Amino acid sequence: MANAVADAAQYALAIPELGHFALLLCLPIAALLALLPAIGVRLQLGQLMASAKQLALGLWICLVVAFACLAYAFAQDDFSLALVAQHSNTALPMRYKLSAVWGNHEGSLLLWGLILSCWTLAVAYSPQQLPLATRARVLAVLGGVALGFLMFIIFTSNPFTRDLLGPPLEGRDLNPLLQDIGLILHPPMLYIGYVGFAVAFAFAIAALLEGRLDAQWARWTRPWTAIAWAFLTVGIALGSWWAYYELGWGGWWFWDPVENASLMPWLAGTALLHSLIATERQGVFRSWTVLLAILAFSLSLLGTFLVRSGILVSVHAFAADPARGMFILAFLGVVTGGSLLLYALRAPALSSPNRIAFLSRETWLLINNCILALSLAVVLLGTLFPLLMNALQLGSYSVGPPYFNALFTPLMVLLLVFMGIAPWLNWKHNRIAPMILRRWFIVALCSALVGLACAGWMSARYQQAFSVPAAIGLALASWLALMSLADLGRRLARRGHGLQGLRELAHNYWAMLVAHLGIAVCAVGIVLTSVYSQQQELAMSPGQIASVAGYDFRLQQLRAERGPNYSATLGDFTIARNGVSRQQLTAEKRVYHAGKNVMTEAGIVAGLWRDLYVSLGEPLDDDRNQQRWAVRIYVKPFIRWIWLGALMMATGGLISAFDKRGRTRGVVSATDYAGSGQAT
Amino acid sequence: MNARLKLFLPLLVFLLMAAVFLVLEKRMGDGSYNPSDLPSALLDKPLPEFQLSRLENAQSPVRKADLLGEPALLNVWATWCIACRAEHPYLNQLAAQGIKIFGVNYKDQRQDALAWLDRLGNPYRFSIFDVDGRLGLDLGVYGAPETFVIDADGVVRYRHVGVMSERVWQQKIAPLGLWPKLAGRKNDV
Repeated sequence: MANAVADAAQYALAIPELGHFALLLCLPIAALLALLPAIGVRLQLGQLMASAKQLALGLWICLVVAFACLAYAFAQDDFSLALVAQHSNTALPMRYKLSAVWGNHEGSLLLWGLILSCWTLAVAYSPQQLPLATRARVLAVLGGVALGFLMFIIFTSNPFTRDLLGPPLEGRDLNPLLQDIGLILHPPMLYIGYVGFAVAFAFAIAALLEGRLDAQWARWTRPWTAIAWAFLTVGIALGSWWAYYELGWGGWWFWDPVENASLMPWLAGTALLHSLIATERQGVFRSWTVLLAILAFSLSLLGTFLVRSGILVSVHAFAADPARGMFILAFLGVVTGGSLLLYALRAPALSSPNRIAFLSRETWLLINNCILALSLAVVLLGTLFPLLMNALQLGSYSVGPPYFNALFTPLMVLLLVFMGIAPWLNWKHNRIAPMILRRWFIVALCSALVGLACAGWMSARYQQAFSVPAAIGLALASWLALMSLADLGRRLARRGHGLQGLRELAHNYWAMLVAHLGIAVCAVGIVLTSVYSQQQELAMSPGQIASVAGYDFRLQQLRAERGPNYSATLGDFTIARNGVSRQQLTAEKRVYHAGKNVMTEAGIVAGLWRDLYVSLGEPLDDDRNQQRWAVRIYVKPFIRWIWLGALMMATGGLISAFDKRGRTRGVVSATDYAGSGQAT
Repeated sequence: MNARLKLFLPLLVFLLMAAVFLVLEKRMGDGSYNPSDLPSALLDKPLPEFQLSRLENAQSPVRKADLLGEPALLNVWATWCIACRAEHPYLNQLAAQGIKIFGVNYKDQRQDALAWLDRLGNPYRFSIFDVDGRLGLDLGVYGAPETFVIDADGVVRYRHVGVMSERVWQQKIAPLGLWPKLAGRKNDV
């Protein structure tokens, strides 16, 4: 019996070695994946090209094994691994032990690699009827990306490094900021999005190498881009939601460099999705589409570089290590520099011959694309400007929210206006019937009225002066929503069998409708939260009542509690409106034992129309009873709409990804692709 | 511009960016650039001279001489700075214990700043209204919040980038020994 236990223990000890071996094995497999199919394409050897499939599978299996072994080491508290000792703790609950796998630099890179191999596998075995050579090229590019990333992991950030000299008994602890459900899900979602853009990137490079880029190419690329984009949207929304309830300041977006790093690929990806639609339907903007595909993935890498090199100050920054920074910089140089060079040399072959009419849908897609690109430039400049000044030794600068708000907001206003119009326009045609203009005018009038009325009502409800920005913002959001719905109505009327017609509309149309309505919902949330949020910061002792925006927050009691790896002070509040007690919430302040970190867990009563939010600040009296606490109380109207809107956008992305036309080649109808003269 | 050359523009922009990163990486390597722990260029040097107005009163000038005589904290803050809000209660606490704090209201709107102090309490003896960030530039401020510890002669003894907290006070500022009485009392608690 004792023997069996000892044997089992020995096997357990060997598990990290197995993981390490699997990880090292990935390197030659990725190298073969990058080379063999490419050689196969060159020499026209079908067998070599087909080997890409097995290699992709092999890469995936190795990375799954490596990741599983690392997860096992975390679950078993194997502190002989330096990574586990530094980021986990025996007292940590199991779900956080598992999420701790990617709550650190090395593990999160391994997750990045794992997700990349999942995407590669999906491309290898997807039901898309790709020509053998195209699939081989795309997989080879993905293999090259994987190779670079695996080298980065193995040479600078190996998660399986042993620390046998003095493994601690209990381990340090996972950063308490990361001990949270939002943070369990946020990185994987974000990475699925980031890494997913690698597929669009690989398709773009393959097209540049092949010198063939047509509507068919766009049809293959779009579903991958849409899925990646949907996950990125969810990932960003999760991050924002997490910051909202975990940081205790009631804010949902801080223009933090790392937030910007995730926003930039999102903006590029959004532009790419729309540009792909135009390329798919009309064969236009090819060179622009390819550039966006390169940009979206490059910006994902740039985000990784900014976070991992420690070059920026941010709440997200992990330990700085110049060797890592140099490596990612070199990787970025090869991937982005190489692909942009290829683009500059090969793009002339892709130029779209079509002349486009001004009042056509493609023109307006292009205008919106330009606005997105401009906003991207604004964010990029704001994020990198302090770095630029520092590199030129011109002193230290900081770029704060005022810069971003001042430049980003007007661009978004334009975007909302044009987004409402674009779906009404026809591909290619340069004609708008006067009747349609009349309808737009009516919608504009209605939106203005809705904006004024809602802003007036909100101002009365929250006892503020009438806010013109709120009225404009609401009018714009309702413009977008009403224009989208009116367009839906118009299409149904044209089909002429009432609601039956709903079923006949294309997947893609629904995707657009849902995503655009999501933008409108999100805009409402942003406007109302920014303008009408109310807050109070005050000292409270039990029994005291604070009144914010018509709600009476009464601190019932303060009590102490012990969690698995922290001790906490809890404040129980009851909230009454017009004298009627309605809700209860509990705000919490935790001190984690291992690192003596202090964390705020805000108490939130969430609602579709408003959030009631209380967070505990500091005990104010130095006496031991600690009966007076600094308390922050917020009433945040419509804040849920921001994330609800993001979810709708992501849903739209997924609907469009699973559009039948995107998957198979067979059902290309003549009318749909009449304009894509160059298709195959 | 030639259409073919235009296609090289993205590459050019990227190369410039990469060059910036390379320079910064090099400077990080030799220690002359460290984003999270910016040692003040002013450490153990006197504060720069300046002439600005008070936040509370645009007519009332303020100069370096107005800050001298006692050890003090010089706290850079702004209403647009979320982290400043987080540290504000602690500054109020410090002020209540008799520590002299001056504010530098950095690139901010006067009305907003005054409203903020009204609402959250004012821990500052007064705030210097640095609307265009000139003083911030001389101080080498990276971003708000930052706190400079100055002694009675106006020599910068320590610079903290980020949110002030009990922990920063205990570990970094109290050991400087500028407030002997206070540091001792806090340690007893």
